[in-house]
Amino acid sequence: MMLSDNPSTRHATVAADRHVVVLEPRHGWRQLGLREVWAHRELLYFFIWRDLKVRYKQTAFGAAWAVLQPLLLMFVFSATLGRLNGVGPANVPYPLFAFAGLVPWTLFASSLAGASNSLVNGEGIITKVYFPRLLLPFASVGSFLLDFVISLVALAVVMLYFGVAPSLAIVWLPALTLMALVTALGVGTFLSAVNVRYRDVKYVVPFLVQLWMFASPVVYTSTLIPASWRTVFALNPMTGVLEGFRWALIGGDRPDDLILVSAAASVVLLLGALAYFRRVERTFADVI
Amino acid sequence: MIDTADPKASLAAPLAAPLGAPASDVVISVRGLAKKYRIGLERDPYGRLSETLWNALSFPFHRGRDEERKDDFWALRDITFDVPRGSVMAIIGRNGSGKSTLLKILSRITDPTLGRAELHGRVGSLLEVGTGFHPELTGRENIFLSGAILGMKRAEILRKFDEIIDFADIGQFLNTPVKRYSSGMKVRLGFAVAAFLEPEILFIDEVLAVGDAEFQKKCLGKMSEIGEGGRTVIFVSHSMPAVLRLCNRAILLDKGRAIVDGPTHEVVRRYLESGPGQSSAREWADPAAAPGDDVARLKSVRVVPAGGGPGEEIDIRLPIDIEVEYWSKAPGDLRPSVNLHFYNDEGTLLFINNDWNDRKWWASSRRPGVVKSVCHIPGNFLAEGRVIVTAVVSTYNPTFVRAIERDAVAFMIVDRSDGDGVRGEFANDFPGAVRPMLDWDVRQIAP
Repeated sequence: MMLSDNPSTRHATVAADRHVVVLEPRHGWRQLGLREVWAHRELLYFFIWRDLKVRYKQTAFGAAWAVLQPLLLMFVFSATLGRLNGVGPANVPYPLFAFAGLVPWTLFASSLAGASNSLVNGEGIITKVYFPRLLLPFASVGSFLLDFVISLVALAVVMLYFGVAPSLAIVWLPALTLMALVTALGVGTFLSAVNVRYRDVKYVVPFLVQLWMFASPVVYTSTLIPASWRTVFALNPMTGVLEGFRWALIGGDRPDDLILVSAAASVVLLLGALAYFRRVERTFADVI
Repeated sequence: MIDTADPKASLAAPLAAPLGAPASDVVISVRGLAKKYRIGLERDPYGRLSETLWNALSFPFHRGRDEERKDDFWALRDITFDVPRGSVMAIIGRNGSGKSTLLKILSRITDPTLGRAELHGRVGSLLEVGTGFHPELTGRENIFLSGAILGMKRAEILRKFDEIIDFADIGQFLNTPVKRYSSGMKVRLGFAVAAFLEPEILFIDEVLAVGDAEFQKKCLGKMSEIGEGGRTVIFVSHSMPAVLRLCNRAILLDKGRAIVDGPTHEVVRRYLESGPGQSSAREWADPAAAPGDDVARLKSVRVVPAGGGPGEEIDIRLPIDIEVEYWSKAPGDLRPSVNLHFYNDEGTLLFINNDWNDRKWWASSRRPGVVKSVCHIPGNFLAEGRVIVTAVVSTYNPTFVRAIERDAVAFMIVDRSDGDGVRGEFANDFPGAVRPMLDWDVRQIAP
């Protein structure tokens, strides 16, 4: 038996050579449990695969919806907000500017909404079988990555149409995507745990996503924000993601300060959310 | 195993106390396990956010969860046992005795409130058939999904895939969404996946209660194989035949406590003796407290074997009367009717009968008063074993249950195989839900 003496880690310790599971009351803060998620990565893959399969079953357009959503929004904003002066930078066509923001935003917004409902939707398995509960919000976020890749292709087409070629900065795209995922995971994991007890979350999320969109530079540029407020603005991790995306794809000044502050904020958000999730996780099956 | 100490007392003993190094072949070791639920559900269905926030603001240093409250409910108290490797153990008990809670703790679905358990080995649990099935996915897809959720690796599922399909016998429906399956097919597929799990410790909850009899047999066979493979199985069930056949040891739970722990046949006997509606006669003296509504209320239910007073152990050859009395306040256009539901010990509904078989009574108009309704069961009709009777008074058009007493009375049919019963002189197992003495004509028609 390789049991740690620290009570917080004693629960469900898996020894390297031999499986030993200890069940006892858990209290207080615990480890983040990411190692256990890694050990169950195959199941994570199956959950992602299930979410993808189920999402577009019995739909006429299937995965095309992944592109249609940001594309339609692009038309709407181009026809309205885009007509105003100074909303986007002067040297970039507004539709391209908006689409380059809407694509990562859609990734964030859908993953956030999916993750926050993931536990409640998984009630049937949560009350019947053990697995690391974190897998559910993680899988939910993961399943929107494919949608995102599809819409990136659409983004490439839009760039081609406007004759804009990306610079070498495009190599930063995966890192920026990761930042969007970390943010969505942070908020989504937290909300999924709250949702188990308070179904109010179901009503809050659509509203939250909408508000958040207008608080982030999705369809307008962050240069509209007074310089003295930029750091505060960047505490919203999506600020760094969105401005970083446009810089990596379209060009312009590198928004170093925004990205750094946002990256730090997203990591803090995720760590806080994971800690909270692990703390309340033990009551999920009783409360859900 | 009988311990009346309050579960809180275990708090005094530090949880970290060494279990006393378990013998090397003990794979499940449970010490003082207890589970408390809070049942004040009306006030706090999902928890109201506003209330919690208000409490947090008003009493910032108040930690509500530690205090003992009136609406606390101990679903399990002070459960202690060890299970050696390779044994197949049953947990039995009435509904609400804590069986499922115990299984949920051992399967790591919920935490114990007190106590500690150690499991040595890969754990698999099967608390429902078809865990994780998604109705939109096909049978093939669900085999992978359910298998993965139950703890199988992808390679393992691939390796066993053909066997699983064979076992499930779903043939050409493999690529059909499960939502179009019949319930029988769903059960077969679900069990097939589970049957090929290879954990060292397996927890199974009542899953054999579903599915057709033939398939159940197949599953029982598969499960015996599991036990023989050196795996340890804990099995929760209401089906005493299955328990008797599969398990060498059983624990009987009652109101959250383990009251008997020992060889299966002894524990099962204790369980049957402590049955519901143990008595063969029930009487309600006070109409206000009797089961029923303002149309009909039960007054008494009695089991009367031919030629005797109330009896609990009845010779299979004797006719039996079930006598029901009820207070009727029915207006003339409502015609209450007594119906009786007969169950055997496995919970199988044997049959239902209504007192409208008395045509004359059924056609007559009713006056308020006390009605006595007697059902005559012929001798040599019911099978051996316990019979549990639910008594109901209903009115019809529309159907409306006025009074119901589940498990109102029970009695035991015994067949002493004296030679003139259905069993004749045959002394071995004589299965069947009923055991009617039917007429036969036998003659020789050729030399």
